[in-house]
Amino acid sequence: MSAVGAVRAPGAGHSPAAAREPGPGTNPHPGTGPVYVTGIGVAAPNGLGLEQYWEAVLAGRSGVVPITRFDTSRYPARLAGQIEGFDASAHLPSRLLPQTDVSTRLALAAADWAIADAGVDPSGTTDYDMGVVTSNGCGGFEFTHREFKKLWSVGPQAVSVYESFAWFYAVNTGQISIRNGMRGPSSALVAEQAGGLDALGHARRTVRRGTPLVVTGGVDSAFDPWGWLSHLSSGRISHATDPERAYLPFDAAACGYVPGEGGAILVVEDPVAARARGASRVYGEIAGYASTFDPAPAGFRGERPARPGRPPGLRRAAEQALAQAGLTPKDVDVVFADAAGVRDLDRAEATAIRELFGARRVPVTAPKALTGRLYAGGGPLDVATALLTIRDGVIPASGASADVPADYGIDLVTKGPREARVACALVLARGRWGFNSAVVVREASV
Amino acid sequence: MTRRVVITGIGIRAPGGKGAKEFWSTLTSGRTATRRITFFDPSPYRSQIAAEADFDPVIEGLTASETDRMDRATQFAVVCAKEAVRDSGLELGGLDPYRVGVGLGSAVAAATSLEREYLALSDRGRDWEMDPARLSPHMFDYLVPSVMAAEIAWTVGAEGPVAMISNGCTSGIDSVGHAVQLIREGSADVMVAGASDTPITPIVVACFDAIKATTPRNDAPEQASRPFDGSRNGFVLAEGAAMFVLEEYDSARRRGAHIYAEVTGYATRSNAFHMTGLKPDGREMAEAIRVALDESRVDVTAVDYINAHGSGTKQNDRHETAAFKRSLGQHAYETPVSSIKSMVGHSLGAIGSVEIAASLLAIEHNVVPPTANLHTSDPECDLDYVPVTAREHRVNTVLTVGSGFGGFQSAMVLRSPQEVS
Repeated sequence: MSAVGAVRAPGAGHSPAAAREPGPGTNPHPGTGPVYVTGIGVAAPNGLGLEQYWEAVLAGRSGVVPITRFDTSRYPARLAGQIEGFDASAHLPSRLLPQTDVSTRLALAAADWAIADAGVDPSGTTDYDMGVVTSNGCGGFEFTHREFKKLWSVGPQAVSVYESFAWFYAVNTGQISIRNGMRGPSSALVAEQAGGLDALGHARRTVRRGTPLVVTGGVDSAFDPWGWLSHLSSGRISHATDPERAYLPFDAAACGYVPGEGGAILVVEDPVAARARGASRVYGEIAGYASTFDPAPAGFRGERPARPGRPPGLRRAAEQALAQAGLTPKDVDVVFADAAGVRDLDRAEATAIRELFGARRVPVTAPKALTGRLYAGGGPLDVATALLTIRDGVIPASGASADVPADYGIDLVTKGPREARVACALVLARGRWGFNSAVVVREASV
Repeated sequence: MTRRVVITGIGIRAPGGKGAKEFWSTLTSGRTATRRITFFDPSPYRSQIAAEADFDPVIEGLTASETDRMDRATQFAVVCAKEAVRDSGLELGGLDPYRVGVGLGSAVAAATSLEREYLALSDRGRDWEMDPARLSPHMFDYLVPSVMAAEIAWTVGAEGPVAMISNGCTSGIDSVGHAVQLIREGSADVMVAGASDTPITPIVVACFDAIKATTPRNDAPEQASRPFDGSRNGFVLAEGAAMFVLEEYDSARRRGAHIYAEVTGYATRSNAFHMTGLKPDGREMAEAIRVALDESRVDVTAVDYINAHGSGTKQNDRHETAAFKRSLGQHAYETPVSSIKSMVGHSLGAIGSVEIAASLLAIEHNVVPPTANLHTSDPECDLDYVPVTAREHRVNTVLTVGSGFGGFQSAMVLRSPQEVS
């Protein structure tokens, strides 16, 4: 093995970047410090707005419903976590409506709510001191489907002048930046369901490198007929017809997942900057983040012999995120699972959790059973939920999942919320084809 | 101590030649690779020109299964990743895979496959609702294209952080910048990073037609890409990919690797102005340049060559020229600036990496590639753009920049190994 391959302790080697921006609230020691979450905006199938969503989650109200956006009669799956009652024109200026997909409208609204929740006045903050880092899985897909249709049924001259930027994966980052005058370092990441945690991790990195405030998270939606068929082609979508029983992560009757739309946008800040502006609340701190990748599946280029004793990527991501936070598994009070709802994936995740924590040693929950899987929005919404769990000392249940196979060896929170003091939560996400991401959030150290 | 990051391998597929050698030969000869589109009949479109790459997946060693499932952009990226690793001399099999990561940039990702599948599913645009019987098993991975980064991870055996960066037309700088940050902070020791886009497909051509961003100079495709020229009237769409091996400096030196350059600085800012428009003052790009130079701990006068975004739109070239003056002052007038888009076109998210490759080769050969088709002056573009002919010039420090939809403005500083050792 060459020197390059020497194994380093997880989290070792962090070093401050050379460049920092000026600004009154700039941390004099960036690079390794804590990063606070000071604002949250939620657009979820079971609740528009943070408290509305939280109330629904604690009450066990689901947003999984038969799709009403188009006629689903010819498709084998018809249930989705669908947002109803979102009136974009009530939240956004009319000039933004013709140029945005529903996913971008939801992202802009959630960003507005997060910024208001944080009590930040963007116009009063130095523009380079605010960045935007979002994840996006599908782009503005329904919008682009309409433009494909115009191109091929009418002709090139029918294509919208907005198509060039309403479609691409950076659209939410760009629109949030423009709407709020945020000129700091910004980015967009794609890693299917893991991407949202990657965005939070990169936002944390961006703060540590000297940008005092970053708006981050993810929102996705693709519930037009083409988007819907694309979901189906994953082979993992539930064909169940009972909305209550369609997405049952970790249940013996798990039969696939239900796709959802929406997500969460968070404001993350350098603690020094947050204090300097008199931030009204701190939900908690992003204490650790790591991502890993699984080896090539059998039959693919790069496939290599199994290496006995090597932990799976998901467990490794969790271990690295905890090590970064200076924590051990026994410090974790709850795990928000990826919760694929596909039996072999559920089993693999249960095994990773069991091997890391010991059998049934930590509560595990999957409130995403009430929203469906939101792709880029899933991880940020789980982090938001974890922060509310810390705030209120109550762990939400995992939808209707109840019958967990004994050999999974996990303590899944079922049948209603569980009161518990929660100081630290581990949030896990997996993206199709091998992406694993983990975020550790904990009470803010004041 | 901050870990230093160097580039030790290049893989490239661009119009006008495959591999670094052919690519550099095209650039330094001033030959243009812009032609009338052959991938489909372009006659209904306003702009009928593109820079297409000569790419045969079979000759490139891809299997039938790979060609079937991978979008064209993924194929380009995988081939480039293999070539970059080969060029670096790294024995990836001997590395700890946990310490190897991937950073892939792409603006429109699987656009080619999306359009192909759309035509099949919608009966060539007739149906809004679609027939499930015509569904490809790969459709999900065209909808959510992170599989592109996954394919590279499998190709190189990476099990560390794997990221797909999609920041529009700065993706190719930002993916490499992302990789640099991961190595510096200790999250990885080796990153295979770069970008790929293959957008020469009707929907993308129509997108840019709609906003008149691409040139309608259809009667002279070979002279159509005219950055900084007074008669410029839009960019020429292109395809391409470039991937690099980035590694920590000390280990690269210990193993005796050939070092193309150190990435000494990288920064990105947003203009928060307009999704496609640019203000003439270049303020945010100038700030990105300032921060990237500051991070490099070099004075502006150290910059020997500016590899410009130079797309050939009226507003870009003016915006960028203002940004160079604003950030470099008088030195902007004394530094050669050129746009290789004049020859290889604008491959959207990929071009930032293609331009990093050109910058590395400029350092390697002490030659500045020219801006082809630059004949007519523009009072607002009054720097030394190296018109038409390549120039021998000592190149130790390169500034390369990009500007993209969404308002992204990125800058990267690359320095020769002599300068940094």
